[in-house]
Amino acid sequence: MREQELPSVSTATNPDGDARPLTSAVEASSVLRRAPQYPPDKPEGFSVVGKAGPKLDSFTRVTGQDRFADDIFLPNMLFGKMLRSTQAHARILRIDTSKALALPGVVAIVTGADIPVRYGILPSSPDEMVMALDTVRYVGDPIACVVADDELTAEEALALVQVEYEPLPAVMSIDEALRTDLPQLHPNPRRTNNIHKEVHLEFGDVEAGFASADRIFEDEYFFEGTTHAPIEQHAVMAQYGADQKLTLWAATQTPHYLHRIAAAVLGMPASQIRVIAPPVGGGFGGKTEPFAHELAAAFLARKTGRPVKITLTRQEVFYAHRGRHPVRFKLKTGVKADGTITAIHLQSWLDGGAYGSYGVATTYYTGALTTVTYKVPAYKFDGCRVFTNKPPCGPKRGHGTTQPRFALENQLDKIADALGLDAAEYRKRIAVDPNSTTVNGLRVTSCGLRECIDAATERTRYKEKRGKLARGRGIGLAASSYLCGAGLPIYWNAMPQSGAIVKVDRGGGVTVLSGTSECGQGSTSMLAAIIAETLGVDPSDVSVCYGDTDLTPVDLGSYSSRVTFMAGNAARDAASKARHLIAQSAAERFGVGPDRVGFAGRRVFDLGNRERSMTFIEAAQLAEARWGTIACVGSYTPPKLAAEYKGSGVGPSPAYSYSAAVAEVAVDLETGEITVEKITLAHDVGRCINATNVEGQIEGGVYMGLGEALMEEWPFRAGEHKIPNLLDYKTPTSLDTPPIEAIIVETDDKEGPFGAKEAGQGPLNPVIPAIANAVADAIRARIHSTPITPEKVLKAMDAASGTTLRLKKVTTPSKPSPVPV
Amino acid sequence: MHRLPPFRYEAATSAASAVQLLAAHGPDALVVSGGTDLYANIKQRLFTPKVVVGLRPARDMHYLRFDQSRGLEIGALTTLARLAAEPVVCERYPALAEAAASISTPQLRTMGTIGGNVCLDTRCNYYNQNLDWRQALGYCMKKDGDICRVAPGSPKCVAVNSSDTAPVLQAYGARIRLLGRSGEREIDIADFFMDDGMRAWAKQADEIVTAIHLPVPAPNTVSAYRKLRLRNSFDFPIVGIAAVMQTDGGGRCTGARVVLNAVASKPLESPGAARALVGTKLEPDALDAAADAAYATGKPLDNTSGSIPYRKRMLRVFARRTLEACAAPR
Repeated sequence: MREQELPSVSTATNPDGDARPLTSAVEASSVLRRAPQYPPDKPEGFSVVGKAGPKLDSFTRVTGQDRFADDIFLPNMLFGKMLRSTQAHARILRIDTSKALALPGVVAIVTGADIPVRYGILPSSPDEMVMALDTVRYVGDPIACVVADDELTAEEALALVQVEYEPLPAVMSIDEALRTDLPQLHPNPRRTNNIHKEVHLEFGDVEAGFASADRIFEDEYFFEGTTHAPIEQHAVMAQYGADQKLTLWAATQTPHYLHRIAAAVLGMPASQIRVIAPPVGGGFGGKTEPFAHELAAAFLARKTGRPVKITLTRQEVFYAHRGRHPVRFKLKTGVKADGTITAIHLQSWLDGGAYGSYGVATTYYTGALTTVTYKVPAYKFDGCRVFTNKPPCGPKRGHGTTQPRFALENQLDKIADALGLDAAEYRKRIAVDPNSTTVNGLRVTSCGLRECIDAATERTRYKEKRGKLARGRGIGLAASSYLCGAGLPIYWNAMPQSGAIVKVDRGGGVTVLSGTSECGQGSTSMLAAIIAETLGVDPSDVSVCYGDTDLTPVDLGSYSSRVTFMAGNAARDAASKARHLIAQSAAERFGVGPDRVGFAGRRVFDLGNRERSMTFIEAAQLAEARWGTIACVGSYTPPKLAAEYKGSGVGPSPAYSYSAAVAEVAVDLETGEITVEKITLAHDVGRCINATNVEGQIEGGVYMGLGEALMEEWPFRAGEHKIPNLLDYKTPTSLDTPPIEAIIVETDDKEGPFGAKEAGQGPLNPVIPAIANAVADAIRARIHSTPITPEKVLKAMDAASGTTLRLKKVTTPSKPSPVPV
Repeated sequence: MHRLPPFRYEAATSAASAVQLLAAHGPDALVVSGGTDLYANIKQRLFTPKVVVGLRPARDMHYLRFDQSRGLEIGALTTLARLAAEPVVCERYPALAEAAASISTPQLRTMGTIGGNVCLDTRCNYYNQNLDWRQALGYCMKKDGDICRVAPGSPKCVAVNSSDTAPVLQAYGARIRLLGRSGEREIDIADFFMDDGMRAWAKQADEIVTAIHLPVPAPNTVSAYRKLRLRNSFDFPIVGIAAVMQTDGGGRCTGARVVLNAVASKPLESPGAARALVGTKLEPDALDAAADAAYATGKPLDNTSGSIPYRKRMLRVFARRTLEACAAPR
């Protein structure tokens, strides 16, 4: 069977994964209906929210007690290894596994022909297979999977699998992908090139906007591809029991998506599959979709009846990738003489690698959030994602919005300079207002952008320094915003995005069941804090059970910065219901109305007379006696936010976080080496639930942005990733990381849990352009591509001073992207 | 990287027993001291030894002693961390302390040894890769292949010497002591390094480095080591310059050695740079002329991080800075 003839799994119509209410008592439901869904405030004040303190799970994590997927060992288990393509683009003529199978210790080998099903994380681009059937599309594309009694035997067997290739011309760049004389990676009769997705959107009167502009600025930018580089390599353990049930322990940010797609690819009812997400050692977007090794392990566990573990090597992590897309931009901005933006036309070209991944969404995201930071009355966006013979790109922290932010903030400084405006005041003047709607129909609610700019610039005395420091020293500002979860799920459904169950034990403990995945971002602590705040207990009284599709209600996963807002709201919903039951029975005992019952410090009391109180344990037992088992469900469905146009589903979010970063740098004018001396970052998190955790996320975002700004590259040599290891792929060391000052700005979002928004991704976005702007301030020359290497610094200075060594100009494809088909 | 494959570990209790073990196992055996280079290379399947002879238990190579007449003797198993911290090294051979202190990370300096650093396998970004990566691109002559991937016309391997201590030792005029089946010998370290990435040391298969000997520095000796790398830790040098100079009482340079690093398969001495310095009072013009000579000497190839033009341009900058550090009054 040819790959192109295969049926593809349409996960869009898969109706599994519902979270039916598990309310334990009918009577309880009737009480809950009278309860306000969200108490407007905590009349007794916050006792947990806003406090600093270590993450609840940090002690087990740093002492090695957490068990990651690779730490799981089961009796009689097998070890799996995947054979990967050595060709960037080739047809597979023949695969001979007989010699490998004959090796003692080898138990089974499967190839693409054994699992001929196409799938994809987005229902719109199901273009992947567990293993290649007849075509390989990048060096590292899986071809076969061996399971053996031990890892070295499996590895030895890989060398015995014989693969005969017929090489095809490789498509290794955006330019090559736009050509019509190269083979298509994924045959598409409607096109003659390797374009995967095109987007053309126009809002407001763009032509009139440019016509009314006093100045028009046009620049080209390139943002280099980068990878997530989590400390934990991807790993999975699969077990298929005698009860014919499959259990997967996977290092994943999205157990629900793995559950859905494993059911579809394996042809099993979802009810027979359990996906467990153990603690994840860092994700950053790199573990947000089902991977070939997970599905292969599941398939082989079922085939052999023995548990199968596959842990990727670091090199394989670089191949699994789903990292940040390299993107080229053309950015045209029209402004009045005072800097007011009249129109923006943004064009982006994304190098997508070999498969779709989340790439359709990424394409939209390179244009969607342009309007959420500054007022743009007319906006045109053309996006184009291409397939190339490289590991597939996908979502990385800031998903698709990080790249255009580099371009936009870079050009904004240029505009400010050209018009003689203070770059900070200028940004504040054109900043979007709270409770407004953008030209592309995005609803902005709470917005602390101006406060963030003020906080970061005042702290650093930015206005006194910019443009006035000695040559070689610079200061730069940039601002940004990010989603608090995508407003729409990736597969169409009318169900909640997050569910939670809160169970109150008669011993005073509270357990929350949530489908989130804990990848170090702090979801466990956040859920515990929200529940502890609601019920007046200590976070340590809350036990968080997460990421288990048998036990926990569906949550779409730990990506898109959605967990605090969505899972947090679902948990708060469930806890509020439990609170109401406890308050009701306590109120009866106190002889007051339930609205007069307060919860704090492990006590339940009469707000009118705090002497009248009982312990939380007593209150819990009273409630259990009154209502039966206290186990309440909560869920969160974002409000309907999408506007009425195709593509309007990407960009809406129930709230946006805002950030402003100021970078201070010293540039060695002889070597071009950049020392980032300090990053000051103010972040509007809505309301801070745990200050330590928010600061940690800000620091993590700064660190990751630092690497992307200065050193991370995604080079290829003869069709092969040139540096798939953490020695040659440069990420900053502790000595390269400057002091980071995190400033938390609160705006009390009306829809966030206790007013909270996200902090996981937003703080990364302004870091890269802030460093770029600081370097420009230091060397009096602009660099239009990342990473800003010492060599580019020297070339930019040479070019500015008129010497012959010129910085290679960033170019975008000469033709605008073709009209939609 | 792949998992470490099984091999037999044989502990050498002395330098002599290490030689015996090597002789007994022949080409199946490799020696390990700190293991920071070898084990990573084994995990990439660059080596598949049946036996690994561990030198760490050999107490007779763990020493560092300075004698006013003999100079400094460093046992091969002396760790880089100790070398960087030893007062006599910091005072008498500051460039060596600087170089040792700048290697990789604190963890690796605690494990890594001077003997191991001098015998650091030459590096190349076509070579220091996993087996399947090399298989996909095509093997190179240093391992399993027959051509050089960096310079396809080259008759010899151009993998780079990346040891930070090697150029410094050469600039100080160090001698290296080897022990083999046919006995002990001591040679000039400049003769120990060979400009061939596949055969980088003048060392027989059964010989091990047991010690390094540095002469007593002449009065008014100044020295420095500077290197370029992309990060402030954990990176190999992509350009390095070691310089050792002697001056007379009046500040006139009477002798100099300038050695380039990470631009050839061996530490690359620049006689032109030395000539430009000797006889001068190390005025800026003299330092510029010496930096120009160093620049002319080094010819980086595309086998490390950083582009060729950038590394070439940095040769002059780093040479100049190293020489300035030497010339600056202390």
